[in-house]
Amino acid sequence: MNFNYTQLLLAFSPEITLIIGACLVLGADFITQKSVPLSQRVTQSILVGLITLVAAGYLSYTSNQALDIPGIITFDPLAYGSRLCIIILTTLVVCSLGATPGRTQPAEYISLLLLGTSGLIVMPAAQNIILGFLALELASLSLYILTGFDRTRSRSSEAGMKYFILGSTAAAFLLFGISLIYGATGSVDLNLIASHLNSHPLTPLTKISLIFIIVGFGFKTAAAPFHLWAPDVYEGAPATSAALISSVSKLAGFAFFTRLLSLGLAPLRGNLSFKDSSAGWLILLAVLTLASLLIGNLGALAQTNIRRLLAYSAIAHTSTLIIALMIFNTTGASLIIYYTLTYGCALIGIFTILGLLDPEYKSGLITDLAGLSKRSPLLAGLLGLYTLSLAGIPPLAGFFGKFFVFTFALKSQGLSSPLGILVLAGILFSAVALYYYLGILKQIFVKPSTQAPLTIKLNVATLAALILTALVIVVLGIAPQLIVN
Amino acid sequence: MNALPCTIYLSFTGALLTLLIGKRSALGARIVALATALLGLEITLSAALSYIPNPHGLTTLVNTPWISQLGIHYYLAVDGISLTLLILTGLATTAGILFSWNIEERVGEFFALYLVLIGGVYGVFMSADVFLFFVFYEIAIVPKYFLVAIWGSKNKEYGAMKLVLYSFVGSSLVLAGLIWTYAASGASSFGLPDLIQASSHLTHIQHIEIFGLIFFGFATLAGLFPLHTWAPTGHVAAPTAASMLLAGVVMKLGAYGCLRVALPLFPQAIDFWQPIIACLAVLGIIYAGLIALIQEDFKYVIGYSSVSHMGFVILGLISCNLKSLSGAVLQMFSHGIIAGLLFAVVGRMVYERTHTRNLNELKTMGLGKRLPFVACVFVIAGLASMGMPAFSGFPAELTILIGTWKVSAVWATAAAVGILISAAFTLRAIQLAFFSEAKSVTSANTHAFAPITLPEKLGSILLIGTTLIIGLKPDLLFNLINPALQSPYFENIIKGVTS
Amino acid sequence: MNHFPILSFTIFVPLLGALALTLLPNLNEKALKQVGLYLSLSTLLFVVLLLRQFDPTQSGYAITEKYAWIPSLKVNFSLGLDGISLLLIGLTALISPLCILTLPKTNTNSRLYILLFLILQSAALGVFLTLDFIPWFLFWELSLVPSYFLIKLWGGSNAAKAAYQFVIYTMGGSAFMLLAFAGIYFKTGTFNFVELTELAKSGGLTLSLASLGHTWTVIVFLGVFIGLAVKVPLYPFHTWLPLAYSEAPTGASIFMTAVMSKMGVYGFIRILWPLFPTLLHRASGFLVWLALAGVVLGAFAAIRQTDIKRMLGYSSINHLSYCLLALFSISSITPESAMGYAPITAAFAGLLLQLFNHGLSAAALFYCVGFIESQLSTRSITEIGGIRKVAPRLAGFSGVALFCSLGLPGLSGFIGEFLIFKGVWGIHPIISTIACLGLFATAYFLLTFWQNVFHGATTENVKSTLKDFTASDVLTLAPITLLMILLGILPSILIQLFNPLIQHWASSLVLP
Repeated sequence: MNFNYTQLLLAFSPEITLIIGACLVLGADFITQKSVPLSQRVTQSILVGLITLVAAGYLSYTSNQALDIPGIITFDPLAYGSRLCIIILTTLVVCSLGATPGRTQPAEYISLLLLGTSGLIVMPAAQNIILGFLALELASLSLYILTGFDRTRSRSSEAGMKYFILGSTAAAFLLFGISLIYGATGSVDLNLIASHLNSHPLTPLTKISLIFIIVGFGFKTAAAPFHLWAPDVYEGAPATSAALISSVSKLAGFAFFTRLLSLGLAPLRGNLSFKDSSAGWLILLAVLTLASLLIGNLGALAQTNIRRLLAYSAIAHTSTLIIALMIFNTTGASLIIYYTLTYGCALIGIFTILGLLDPEYKSGLITDLAGLSKRSPLLAGLLGLYTLSLAGIPPLAGFFGKFFVFTFALKSQGLSSPLGILVLAGILFSAVALYYYLGILKQIFVKPSTQAPLTIKLNVATLAALILTALVIVVLGIAPQLIVN
Repeated sequence: MNALPCTIYLSFTGALLTLLIGKRSALGARIVALATALLGLEITLSAALSYIPNPHGLTTLVNTPWISQLGIHYYLAVDGISLTLLILTGLATTAGILFSWNIEERVGEFFALYLVLIGGVYGVFMSADVFLFFVFYEIAIVPKYFLVAIWGSKNKEYGAMKLVLYSFVGSSLVLAGLIWTYAASGASSFGLPDLIQASSHLTHIQHIEIFGLIFFGFATLAGLFPLHTWAPTGHVAAPTAASMLLAGVVMKLGAYGCLRVALPLFPQAIDFWQPIIACLAVLGIIYAGLIALIQEDFKYVIGYSSVSHMGFVILGLISCNLKSLSGAVLQMFSHGIIAGLLFAVVGRMVYERTHTRNLNELKTMGLGKRLPFVACVFVIAGLASMGMPAFSGFPAELTILIGTWKVSAVWATAAAVGILISAAFTLRAIQLAFFSEAKSVTSANTHAFAPITLPEKLGSILLIGTTLIIGLKPDLLFNLINPALQSPYFENIIKGVTS
Repeated sequence: MNHFPILSFTIFVPLLGALALTLLPNLNEKALKQVGLYLSLSTLLFVVLLLRQFDPTQSGYAITEKYAWIPSLKVNFSLGLDGISLLLIGLTALISPLCILTLPKTNTNSRLYILLFLILQSAALGVFLTLDFIPWFLFWELSLVPSYFLIKLWGGSNAAKAAYQFVIYTMGGSAFMLLAFAGIYFKTGTFNFVELTELAKSGGLTLSLASLGHTWTVIVFLGVFIGLAVKVPLYPFHTWLPLAYSEAPTGASIFMTAVMSKMGVYGFIRILWPLFPTLLHRASGFLVWLALAGVVLGAFAAIRQTDIKRMLGYSSINHLSYCLLALFSISSITPESAMGYAPITAAFAGLLLQLFNHGLSAAALFYCVGFIESQLSTRSITEIGGIRKVAPRLAGFSGVALFCSLGLPGLSGFIGEFLIFKGVWGIHPIISTIACLGLFATAYFLLTFWQNVFHGATTENVKSTLKDFTASDVLTLAPITLLMILLGILPSILIQLFNPLIQHWASSLVLP
């Protein structure tokens, strides 16, 4: 490993910015906490957070492959795109933070968020397994705390605890799998691992390690049958934390595992077809896809709580992303990034609005949304837009994401292959999904209102965030070629 | 001619305008909506009048690359068939808006959704890139749900959900088929001409499989037996203008899809599927007709009659010769107008005044005397629906029968039986609703009804006039349709390529 | 081609006049009736004009017109007049004004009534004059609409069922006819009767249809057959008739029996026979028996009726079955039976005469019965009696019509029936003999009717309420009654119109 510290500094500049920013937020708050009212502290923390993120974003934007440090970090398209999107999404979340009144510890929240982000942006770029794992853990720990942040509600603490326990278990699995890989190949550098595995066929050791890694993967990305944490966490976490988990964490997780599986463990891919399949992670992923599709959609049908419904819908969307992962070697990163970016925008938007509507989280039932179109047409319209994007209605981005994934999947293998069957199942289940998404729309637009008209104070930042997310969805829907290449 | 794509943009703009204006003035919203519809109608009519058939197939309107990595273009093109259906859309929209003049609740939103739906429909009829076709098709789905669920009547939420889910499943099947075609044939783009050329590279089995997917996907929307069950429920639940549009135009989207996409892409599959689909179509004609004969709800009679008439269209389509195809397209137009008229009478003119659609209750009201204009309109609509000569249904059904003889005399005979059944149930409905015997009229029902408003009269005259004109001079449309069918685009189907 | 489109005018004047009537501002009753009457009489004017131009010795169609209508389906609006059509439109011209004059006096929508009859008149004229299937079918179906409404809105107590049955039966037949012609068009590419007849003569029609297979050719034949058979009606397709005739208002009954049933027979002569001579020949052995059943059973059924209108309905079946008997007998001739042309021409002439004369006598009879019914509110033979004493004029006109229907020599009904019997005797003596039963039965019920209703003891209702024919009634029926007497003495007036045609037809009869 020949590198010098200047190289490291330059390569990790966004992360360093974020960490400094985290400290700055805490510091600023420490200085002013006695003399300044809460709302101002909130604004101040958000501002510092935003400045940090913008700086980190700029640094990510200007990074390029010249900053690669082989064996440590890389800035190939997958990494570059993921990092940029993570920062964009996090910025949007931070903008909408101000909407939730009564946040008692804004600075801590923001600083944890920033620290988590620093972990998240390393995940897609890490060439070193250990580094990647550390980043994953850093991010996860932040997210666990952010989930349980709301100490006024037992649900939040319960969710945080559940997330922590299950997450740690999954991390343990992942770590064990990684260590087995190290044992098999003698290296922690993804490139070296790949070349080593190339010359050695699948051994029992690597098979077991695959299984463990897939378990970790399943957990992180909320794929069935490792999805059990999702409904509780989505329901219990404060709105913005849930937004983070569902959007940013998913993107980072997918990027990380894409690199791990498609680049590092590429030789262990195996083959997936009706005639000559061979063992590898493709088959495992196919099983995960099918399970997520079934459990996600069918589970969502039965939900009455909107957040749990979103969790199950997340599981269903994961199935499409896994298909995108499976065809990564033919399509490149743009599909995954497009899909998760637009999906993330939609979810951030939804969670923000949910947070606005029900800040104390009194019940969270879908029927609470009844008559929203009369109470607040703007929020109703935006919520409708997000839901339609999730349902996959053109010309919104959600549709194109699915369409691209399915098209390229079919192009690679055709309809009469297992992948083709998965695609077909995905298409058909989107009809099932439409049912529960329409249920939401029904409440918003069709049902008469049972509550008094809302007076929601939308501050500028939140409004800007919402409009931006909506714009992203619409614009990228009409002109997907901006990203897909 | 080049103004045709403006119909799409106008509709969407109009939708936005009505939404905004509707908050302040209901009348303003209605006027904007009507103006948009009339503009659209004017554009389509003038395009049809100035149309010169392109001997090579479609006349391109717009063709710009959109997502070039997948060869997707924003590609709009028309031929005589598209123009026929575009005119139908214009007419149905105008009439629908006229018949919705009396809606009081959430007026702006109603017309906005209506116009978005129309914009999508215009787009479908003009698309020559299958991906674009699908996008517009899907855009039309969501407004349908809201139109029915918010302003509908009996069972509206259930009806709306069923309608939308069936449409969506149908379109999903189509999407699967289209992606598969594109992927497997190695086509350079999603444009129809390219796909048709590329599809000849597919194997025979693939032709059969994909055709099945795509055709049945479209046929769900067209109401092919046994995938038709959404239609009566959905149309009955929908408000009048929506039923007029749904039964009149949106069902034709499915049939148009079969004609424009499924048949030309996979001519080799026709031999395999023809007997099956023809059988289902004929079953639909007869079965739906028989069900209509025993209905007690007036609107259900019309709903099932729509399924029966669409069976004719599908029979014409699958018989795949020049005569039957032209008959099918004419029937699409004719039934669109007639169904609009029938739903307008039942929903707007009768139901809004009597607040019942039960034929046994209507029997007691002596409507023939109390609503003479409505009775007259319904009799004319009923005659047209029965296929009485001088109305547009007759040349359409006759041409389909002629075409069907070529394929199978059995199907033709069964279709003729269908005509008879449709006469029976239409006559029964007329008799029960308007001309029941004097002794069943109860004295309680003698108060005067609200008078027929001007928009209703205008709408009725518009539709009746159209069906009469086309019935007496069907060549006005045949001259558009036949050259289109004789172009190279449909060559393979009509020649019956079997290898 | 005439440069003055007299045929089109004949057809369309009543129709367009009817449309004008709907749009004109409120005319009073009297004016309405007058305008309607004049429009209806216009046909008579045109018939007179046509008579002057008509040359019976010219073969084929003396006067023709042709306009392109739907070029893409090769459909032309082509009209043609020969002796048969002239005869029938003359009948229509005489009957239609009569119907308009049956306008109920009180509490009625006169405008609608007159409108419906004018449409009906145009429809009938259209059927008799068009030579291309699509316009022919249009007029054929068009005639159903006004009849339905006339029965429904002015009919008796069971009118709804009668009207519904009538329309469904006829439409059922028409649906199969449409199917059959769709098949014919598919195979031959034309809808024109003249062209198809030429094709059939040369054997080309059978050849074209042969590719459908024998079964389907038969089905095409049956399709056309059923459509026409329901209208005449031919036994056993007649079950709709008694109910419809009895429930319909007077005017509608008159038109149905006098004109609409003739449309069916005309269809046999113009369409079925020329297009399918071979098949008809093969079927005619069986069909003759059906016609015979209509003759005999119709007459016997009439005997058992107490409702006068139902009785007259069955009587119509009987009289029209004579026409079909003649037709089927002629078509059943094989070239081996060397019987010469005499029976053929006799039967044919009788057929045409019977068409015209039955129209007159049945119309007059229904008018009188309607007159009685409107005053006494009953149609039952048992409840009415001794009219002759109270209303001699009524009895007089009814008597002429009744005996004409009976076939008394000296009145017009005799010559038609006589010629039919003469012709059929020459072809099928046995059938002819059995048909005589029908004659006897007819005589029986008509004379019984005459005896009970007009002679015999005067019943209460007759004594108190029945008023005799007024001057206007006499004027209305006088022309027809005079014709019945005139044509009884000088039948050659009619025969000369179509005799050359029949001779020509007989000699060129397509015998297999």
